[in-house]
Amino acid sequence: MSDFTISVDKKPFALFDRVKSLRIAPPPRKKLLDLFKNLAISLLSMLVFLLVWQLGSSYLFNMEASSKIEKARIDQGDAAAAELQMCINSGNTSCQPNTLPSPAQVWSAGGVLWSDHVMIARKKVEFKQKVAETNQQRRAEGLTPIRYTGRPSFVDQIFTSIKTVLVGFLISLLIAIPVGTVIGLNQTLRTSVNWLIQIFKPVSPVVWLLLVFMIVKTVTLNSGLDTSFIISSISVGLCAMWATLVNTSLGVSSVNEDYLNVAKVLKLGVFKKIYRVILPSAIPLIFTGMRITVSVAWMVLIAIELLAQSPGLGSFVWEEFQNGANDSNAKIIVAMFVIGIIGFLLDRIMYWIQQSVSFEKAMA
Amino acid sequence: MQEKIPIAEFRNVSVWFDQGNSRIEVLKEINLKIYEGEFLAIVGFTGSGKTTLVSLLTGLLKPSKGEVLYRGKIVEGPDLERGVIFQNYSLLPWLNVYENVALAVNVVYPDWDRKRRDAQIRKFVDMVNLTPALLKKPNELSGGMRQRVAVARVLATDPELLLMDEPLGALDALTRGNLQNEILKIWGANKRTALLITNDVDEGIFMADRIIPLNPGPNATLGPEYKVSVGRPRIKASLNSDPNFRAVRNNILSYLADLGEAAKQSKSNGLKLPDLKPLTPGLRSFPFRRKAI
Ligand SMILES: Nc1ncnc2c1ncn2[C@@H]1O[C@H](COP(=O)(O)OP(=O)(O)O)[C@@H](O)[C@H]1O
Ligand SMILES: [Mg+2]
Repeated sequence: MSDFTISVDKKPFALFDRVKSLRIAPPPRKKLLDLFKNLAISLLSMLVFLLVWQLGSSYLFNMEASSKIEKARIDQGDAAAAELQMCINSGNTSCQPNTLPSPAQVWSAGGVLWSDHVMIARKKVEFKQKVAETNQQRRAEGLTPIRYTGRPSFVDQIFTSIKTVLVGFLISLLIAIPVGTVIGLNQTLRTSVNWLIQIFKPVSPVVWLLLVFMIVKTVTLNSGLDTSFIISSISVGLCAMWATLVNTSLGVSSVNEDYLNVAKVLKLGVFKKIYRVILPSAIPLIFTGMRITVSVAWMVLIAIELLAQSPGLGSFVWEEFQNGANDSNAKIIVAMFVIGIIGFLLDRIMYWIQQSVSFEKAMA
Repeated sequence: MQEKIPIAEFRNVSVWFDQGNSRIEVLKEINLKIYEGEFLAIVGFTGSGKTTLVSLLTGLLKPSKGEVLYRGKIVEGPDLERGVIFQNYSLLPWLNVYENVALAVNVVYPDWDRKRRDAQIRKFVDMVNLTPALLKKPNELSGGMRQRVAVARVLATDPELLLMDEPLGALDALTRGNLQNEILKIWGANKRTALLITNDVDEGIFMADRIIPLNPGPNATLGPEYKVSVGRPRIKASLNSDPNFRAVRNNILSYLADLGEAAKQSKSNGLKLPDLKPLTPGLRSFPFRRKAI
């Protein structure tokens, strides 16, 4: 079983930990200096990143532009090529080469997405006021109220994704922790299901999605449920649960002999033994698994939404890609940063929870 | 002090551990009777098999040969009437001091009401002077404090047979003396039976009615028993002038010294031990680290 233990580096971001230690006790001058040095290095590396990005995108832009002009020259002659050249130079959106957007373009696409969200939010409020009276009537008559059915904003998509990932995470916990506990308790069972875990663990999210789709589609036939949400959250749960399952079974199967002896001499019953001794002792490992599960869930969610056409950041990215409007690429990059930042925050939250349940903190 | 029926008995008990094709023989042909109401101490060198002996009585370990009886019945497993203080404390690290004691108290007195159990827990935590650390987790405590929690956990459950595996080893002399008195008080007040494992002969003589040395292993056997006919309550300060105490102490110490001498002899004859060169610390660094025990 130990050949697929998963553990996580406890301190992935040195910068964060420095900040934390600063808050707890004012460090001596040297540490403060270190902190500034770290911040400066981080800022500098960001600048380098932006610079490389800028250079890369302008290089790609020129490459795309000259190939476009060359093509126009061959197809339509010199005059058309010159006209295209002028059009590109003028910044007219109708003829811009479509390639990696520059940082500035991404920044402004972010602004566009935000103002779009503000507009949609306002529309929603207006809509709500407009239908308030009708809805009250409908409710009185036992009918379902009229809902806003317009296009969701980028921010709405973010929240849909977070909701889906949380439900998927809950599903994976509901499966992984009980199953992991049961197989952790029984060596024979563990050996007998090992092949199953080994085979299913590396299966791609795409396949899970199709499998879930086959089943859920039939099960929810004629039920009028929101199947795309159910399908994507279950698929996310199934993809992401393995780390928690494996770590739970490992934690449960490797409880310190001393603790088990305490349970034995106190003659604790099976459930009390599991609940008071085995699970608490496995908690650090279980939470390590859960932290990996959250990261995996968030990562596969985007792919699954994209494939399942269920609302969320994944389908946002896909629609923008299909759409091919002038600022689509920039919006995709905005989504990329948002996805990365949310993934990072989810991981930090899990890290804090993991730290707070750890009883292995040594005496200071 | 001794009545005729033993509360616990070892009959020709041998213990060995099979490890692959080699066999570690720990105890050999142990015969021992523990009588109701007595305080028995077993002294022995480290590694001679004292903890193994205790595990047999708790029921955590079955003898390889022979039988262990409690009240005339073969010991099949642990039971609440036999309480144990483990040598390595065995506290649950995710529970604080109160909860560690509570776990045992709640199991042993299920029909008491909450208030009574709470009072019991607090009383025994206070007895080992840990009230200020009531809500601390074991990892926040020193070794001696953890040992005291383990003592409180067992004493609070007031078992018929109290098994103690070097329970006071990590304590300073003062705390040690206090706890010895507390253990004696509880043992005497409730007419319990106690088995104390110790490597401190003076502690054994101060507390016990009978002391039996365990000869060094492998294949450890029990030595002759020494009765301590010093009246109770015993007072440490005046014990030294008691002729009985001095006689017993001299006898046991000279017996143990002979054992040590014999061990040395067999070593110099080269019969048992291979020719090991001592490691000089600091000269070489090894690529691995030993786990601290
Ligand atoms: N589970 C076990 N497997 C193998 N050897 C063991 C086991 N338990 C104890 N021993 C061996 O038995 C001997 C006696 O151990 P122990 O009873 O702990 O001694 P003591 O408590 O007197 O120090 C030691 O040599 C130890 O290595
Ligand atoms: Mg021992």
